[in-house]
Amino acid sequence: MEPFTKLTAIAVPIDQANVDTDQIIPARYLGRSREQQVEGFFHDMRLDLNGRPREGVTLNDPAYKGAQIIVGNHNFACGSSRENAVTTMVDNGFRAFVAPSFGDIFFNNCFQNGALPIRLPTERVARLRVILHELPGAKLAIDLAAQTVVGPDGQTDKFDIDSFRKDMLLKGTDSIDFTLGYQQDIARFEDGQRRDMPWL
Amino acid sequence: MAEPRTMFEKIWQRHVVVDRDDGYTLLYIDRHLMHDGSAAAFARLKERDMKVRRPDRSFATPDHYILTSSHRPQDIADPQQRHLVEVIKENCDAHGVTVFAAGDPRQGIIHVVGPEQGLTQPGLLMVCGDSHTSTHGALGALAFGIGSSEVTHVMATQCLWQRKPKAMRINVEGRLGDGITGKDIILAIIGKIGAAGAVGHVMEYTGSAIRALSMEGRLTLCNMSIEAGGRAGMVAPDDTTFAYLKDKPYAPKGAMWDTAMAFWKGLPTDPGATFDHEVTLNGSDIAPMVTWGTSPEDALSVTGRVPDPASAADQTRRESMQRALDYMDLKPGTPVEQIPVDRVFIGSCTNSRIEDLRMAARIARGRKAQVPTWVVAGSGLIKQQAEAEGLDKVFREAGFEWREPGCSMCIGVNGDTGVPGQRIASTSNRNFVGRQGRGVRTHLVSPAMAAAAAVTGRFTDVRKMLG
Repeated sequence: MEPFTKLTAIAVPIDQANVDTDQIIPARYLGRSREQQVEGFFHDMRLDLNGRPREGVTLNDPAYKGAQIIVGNHNFACGSSRENAVTTMVDNGFRAFVAPSFGDIFFNNCFQNGALPIRLPTERVARLRVILHELPGAKLAIDLAAQTVVGPDGQTDKFDIDSFRKDMLLKGTDSIDFTLGYQQDIARFEDGQRRDMPWL
Repeated sequence: MAEPRTMFEKIWQRHVVVDRDDGYTLLYIDRHLMHDGSAAAFARLKERDMKVRRPDRSFATPDHYILTSSHRPQDIADPQQRHLVEVIKENCDAHGVTVFAAGDPRQGIIHVVGPEQGLTQPGLLMVCGDSHTSTHGALGALAFGIGSSEVTHVMATQCLWQRKPKAMRINVEGRLGDGITGKDIILAIIGKIGAAGAVGHVMEYTGSAIRALSMEGRLTLCNMSIEAGGRAGMVAPDDTTFAYLKDKPYAPKGAMWDTAMAFWKGLPTDPGATFDHEVTLNGSDIAPMVTWGTSPEDALSVTGRVPDPASAADQTRRESMQRALDYMDLKPGTPVEQIPVDRVFIGSCTNSRIEDLRMAARIARGRKAQVPTWVVAGSGLIKQQAEAEGLDKVFREAGFEWREPGCSMCIGVNGDTGVPGQRIASTSNRNFVGRQGRGVRTHLVSPAMAAAAAVTGRFTDVRKMLG
């Protein structure tokens, strides 16, 4: 997995709360190859039924071209467990997501793909979205080791992240290899369970 | 005396393989359920030249991509879709995993098949690469959805790294009225706490209204925990649970049943155990529910009116309500019972079990569908049982279509979708924008309410139609 250390990049605001993973990648793309899923990225939110870009959608605004960070709202990427929601965003260049809260499964899926979900207080995220609307193309600077996000206004915010997840992202650790380091513990658990829950 | 513990805490503690100082726990997975979306996870396992560690703990069935017009894979026109339905069997056979494949009467929606086969049991830790895995908590299991990379991780190690979620209790007291179901309860709960109301929490549903629910009702309830943002939902096992589980194919038998029973009876939350959050609802206040917007939290009583964004608490909510109303093509103040529907779907892992079909048939009997209506049983066995009870005949006589089991119009990846602008009364779990096809407008309801909408052509308070 590609490590995540620092990222200074254009951030694009998405104001809606409860953006679900069906919006991030519509279900009809799920049975396709990863390459085919790239165009599924917010497809129906970006384009109307005739394939024309919708007005007022930040993702269509050329001022945000090259963005690698999304600043969202409450419960960002809720709903379906589809990991394609992370991979289609990664394949479209996005590596970090800032929101007051996330869908739990999406949040976990990010770490499997070298992407960083950052929770910041509601007011600060709202302020960042306002700034990014006012100054389209402005950048955020994320430093995972220091656990900081610097906004276009120069304000530095600390964010919380589990040290377990942080280390894995910084090193790009493969979680299966990591877990296989606990083989003996797993085997011991299985021995115990054969005695404790023999009906299984 | 030992510290009182919640049921969630008891099951969590029993599955700890490694507890790290950094707050992460390696948990052992008792049951890993898979569906036809698992091809990528199997491919990654193959890249590593690894085998499924516990094929005896892994079970699969195709549900997402399978057709509901025919279960013959060769009838699937799209080659990628056909590949997914076929490769699940090849993958499972190669790894020794039990698969209820297309053509097997045990095939069905994985969250219907698990409980039906007795794979789902109290006290187990279960995962599946699908967000509606929360369904299995209805039997007192801890069950949650995971992403595709984590599916590969479980295949390879039978374990998963997790940080312990918080615990939330949803207490529903009182007596439900006739025609009020588990679906109405969960929509009322989500309407109250919001789509993010339970983020980071495992929800336990308690109270007299929950205890009185059948196993089917509890499965519906726990199924939609994810729609409240919950990591999992659960109901303590009781006599309803044990009666349901007894004699299921994979349930313990004979002396093993008694051994298991002794364990199961110790699972319910101890008196005095504390939850991080508690919410209480009065069950006797709950009316048949209908969603009006594009989030399951946009739920209201069938006796209500479409809300006005002007009444929203803040601007974000106002804008989101307006966007939802625009998408749904609804005007504030419209009585729900005046909203016409174009189509009806009865099915999905939320509402495709025998009790759901009986309830829909009770309304359909002797009446005629006013709009195209599909009934998709949750499994081959449910379809057989419904046919043995003559429910298929009731549906056919009412002009409903009786189809083969699968996820169907809940997610539409098999091609079962509506057309832009269509308004659908659906017993599924998500009314998201485009969920049932681009531009399709979904209203979530119970099977009884769906059948009532089918035979009247609009939303109708099903309580008027019960006889």
